[in-house]
Amino acid sequence: MTSVMNDVTAPTVGLDARRMSRAAEGAIAAVSLLLGISIPNLLGNGKWGWILIVAALSYVSLTYVGSRVLEDRRQATDRVMRATLTVAFVLVMLPLLSVTWTVIREGVSRFDGTFLGGTMRLTPEDLLAQREGFAAGGAFHAMVGTLIITGLAAAIAIPLGLLTAVYLVEYGRGRLARAITTMVDVMTGIPSIVAGLFAYALFVIIFGPGSRTGIAGGVALSVLMTPVVVRSAEEMLRLVPNELREASYALGVPKWRTILKVVIPTAVAGILTGITLAVARVIGETAPLLIAAGLAQETNVNPFDGRMTSLPVFTYYQYVQPGIPTEAGVERAWAAALMLVLIVAALFVLARVLANVLKPKGLR
Amino acid sequence: MTLLSPQSASVTAQTASRGRLGDRVFSGLSRAAGINILIILAGVAAFLVVEGRAGIFGDTEEMSGSDNFLQYVGPLVFGTVYASFLALLIAAPLGVAVALFISHYAPKRVSQTLGYLVDLLAAIPSVVFGIWGITVLAPILSGNLYPWLNENLDFLPFFSGTISTSGRSMLTAGIVLAVMILPVITAISREVFLQTPRLHEEASLALGATKWEMIRQAVLPYGRSGVISGCMLGLGRALGETMAVAIILSPSDGYFWSVLTNQNSNTIASNVALKFPEAYGLDVNRLIATGLVLFGITFLVNALARRVANAGFSGADG
Amino acid sequence: MMLDREITMRGSSVTDESTLPGDARPTSGANRGISVFDLNIYYGDFLAVADVSMEIEARSITALIGPSGCGKSTFLRSLNRMHEVIDGARVEGSVRLDGEDLYGSGVDPVAVRRRVGMVFQRPNPFPTMSIYDNVVAGIRLNSAKLRRAETDEIVERSLRGANLWEEVKDRLDQPGSGLSGGQQQRLCIARATAVEPDVLLMDEPCSALDPISTLAIEQLMLELKENFTIVIVTHNMQQAARVSDRTGFFNIAGTGKPGRLIEIDDTKRMFSNPTEQATQDYVTGRFG
Repeated sequence: MTSVMNDVTAPTVGLDARRMSRAAEGAIAAVSLLLGISIPNLLGNGKWGWILIVAALSYVSLTYVGSRVLEDRRQATDRVMRATLTVAFVLVMLPLLSVTWTVIREGVSRFDGTFLGGTMRLTPEDLLAQREGFAAGGAFHAMVGTLIITGLAAAIAIPLGLLTAVYLVEYGRGRLARAITTMVDVMTGIPSIVAGLFAYALFVIIFGPGSRTGIAGGVALSVLMTPVVVRSAEEMLRLVPNELREASYALGVPKWRTILKVVIPTAVAGILTGITLAVARVIGETAPLLIAAGLAQETNVNPFDGRMTSLPVFTYYQYVQPGIPTEAGVERAWAAALMLVLIVAALFVLARVLANVLKPKGLR
Repeated sequence: MTLLSPQSASVTAQTASRGRLGDRVFSGLSRAAGINILIILAGVAAFLVVEGRAGIFGDTEEMSGSDNFLQYVGPLVFGTVYASFLALLIAAPLGVAVALFISHYAPKRVSQTLGYLVDLLAAIPSVVFGIWGITVLAPILSGNLYPWLNENLDFLPFFSGTISTSGRSMLTAGIVLAVMILPVITAISREVFLQTPRLHEEASLALGATKWEMIRQAVLPYGRSGVISGCMLGLGRALGETMAVAIILSPSDGYFWSVLTNQNSNTIASNVALKFPEAYGLDVNRLIATGLVLFGITFLVNALARRVANAGFSGADG
Repeated sequence: MMLDREITMRGSSVTDESTLPGDARPTSGANRGISVFDLNIYYGDFLAVADVSMEIEARSITALIGPSGCGKSTFLRSLNRMHEVIDGARVEGSVRLDGEDLYGSGVDPVAVRRRVGMVFQRPNPFPTMSIYDNVVAGIRLNSAKLRRAETDEIVERSLRGANLWEEVKDRLDQPGSGLSGGQQQRLCIARATAVEPDVLLMDEPCSALDPISTLAIEQLMLELKENFTIVIVTHNMQQAARVSDRTGFFNIAGTGKPGRLIEIDDTKRMFSNPTEQATQDYVTGRFG
């Protein structure tokens, strides 16, 4: 340590390293905004997108130049990265805002009583009214279908998933548990359309070729939903501290009662949250239901007989086969999309509420 | 022991035996559920193989178009991989950037909410993304970005050709797919970034690193395997994504490199969704067989993702 | 060219220092002492440490002792603004190094940390880097274009300075996380000293180590104080007595109350005949 003198390392900057002032930062932001507004307009293309792009680009580059001049290379890099990451975040928020805004704007026009209460079994009078621009046709049958199909999927996936999670956490040792864990991972990666094909292939054997039923749709969704339930429930069960289990055993409580009375109640908030999110994930699935449950024009409450429309499939067909005039179908598609987004949003809120309300006091 | 009254002894025995029976039933049930998972998965593969076999080896004369199966599935595999690759190309850097923004740059108070917003993006049903993509995004892109790319970069094969005026091109599909898989990449990256040991971050800061230097020195190396596996999972999601592509893409038969035109190789999933409702006879089997191919591809990609994740985390712990 | 100028800058400052007597006034220009004046440290509205004033002498070891939660670690981290890693942390008062206020309005915390290095409670070499890369991690931040020969020299010098060279010279390309705890901590010391800071802060550097490694680190500290001003927080009073020249005692009146500096003095005096009763009680093991 005697060679402090031939130190080839960094400059010992004085502590008063040159720093960009708040005013300079503000000026850069303001100039960027100004450039963003003026350049596209001067070039005759004053659209929002270009304004944002030019503003963002000028902000990042002006930040760099400003920092290089007023500070040093390292500070400049640091600031540019901060600016870039911020811009990236804003950029990613744009589609979310745009989708939400578009769905609401386009969806409300037909979000009416006829839509909520009617089906696509259109009488000649309905068709005539539709031609003249009046509201006709609804998605009641699709909502019923979604309810039944999702209900069936949940009825299969929740017990199966929960018990599997219990097995993996409480009982599973050795090769079987490892195999199940791996297979749950594989199942998570099954493309939704493949699940639909599977359910179709399975029920073709039972109901004959070309059959499309609600139960087939339910089975298809349950294939997608089960691994999500297993994963989230497993994670929650593993969070339950072992001391609780041991305390229960020490009282002479058998293992299965310990699981039912101590472990699961402790983890119940997380488990229910996970289930809600799993439902939210499958309720918007279109492809598997397109394959397995098909499209019907009216309400069908029997999942074992005949096609059953769900909201996403309804949305799809109303958009790609809108009928005459096209606006009628497209408007119904947007209304159904709004309905779907509202359902998913409600499930998300429910999941949050469940997580907060049911959380055992004293844990975490 | 002799003081124990006969009654209480029998009670104990009863409880014990009931406990044992309950345990056996309960462990049996949960075990059966676990085994069921294996059966379902085997069933998925088996039924696809059984129903798909005829589509691969059956008489091509009875199918629409007389290509053999490889000729049929080839362009679809190409389209699937191409669209997903485009999506990943866009989503990976953005997803990691957003994850870093949320984990290390956003104020702590709001960072959780911001993460929640990104998660919401994953919750929007794909059919909604599809109709949004074609009515909102496609016109914007085909009216602004695509002409520019086409004029200035048409020496690249990707941007050559006649651009699609409706915007129903591969690039539009890729961008919408990117939006859909970005939350996956962000969620996983964010998690590993947040797990970076505070000690390593502080070690870096104490050496006089700026925030970005700290991220490069401590956060990114630590999170690398997580980011890679997140990208692979996102890729797996993109490969299987159906509706958005089915609605947006204007498909043709064959291999097409250009991403701006009306002629695009379709993806497997979108092809199934478009053709299945009207298909009959051996065409159905052939579509199921393409589903099997898709299953195989996603399986490989996801398996790779898991390997990367497992290898990485154990290395980082050591 | 840049480098030349820096070397001269650095060289001259060293020359200045070497002419200074050991007990130079901390407020005078180019030495490596720190003077703290009326420092209050807050986390949000919570006052964690109150009214600390002290002089930390250049090229000596100052130990900070006190019961858990008394704010000594917080205070230590405020000396290179590392406590700002936590949101809402702020200070009132001043901390001066070479007469420059570390909390002055134009001061960049990054610059502060280059001059005031830190060694942490648990050894924390970067797990993805080799031993070699760990040592030069801090240097690479500033001058990306160092030649291999230069970094080689720095690595050897720093590792020798940390008494680690002989043990690792044959495996510099191995990951630093493969070393034993004591070796890792010495690697972290080498990493901190490689950037040639003026001050080295050590936050209970031996608390995760076995007695033999602890002894090695203590030995090393005595050598390091030839070139660095060292401030160490320790729970181990024997350690404070063994290595430090001066000792400061922090205490806390109760939970929710701020930590305060009770007394600071020569170590010998602090352990034999302190002014304050609380210090006496603490060093004789009556509480804490």
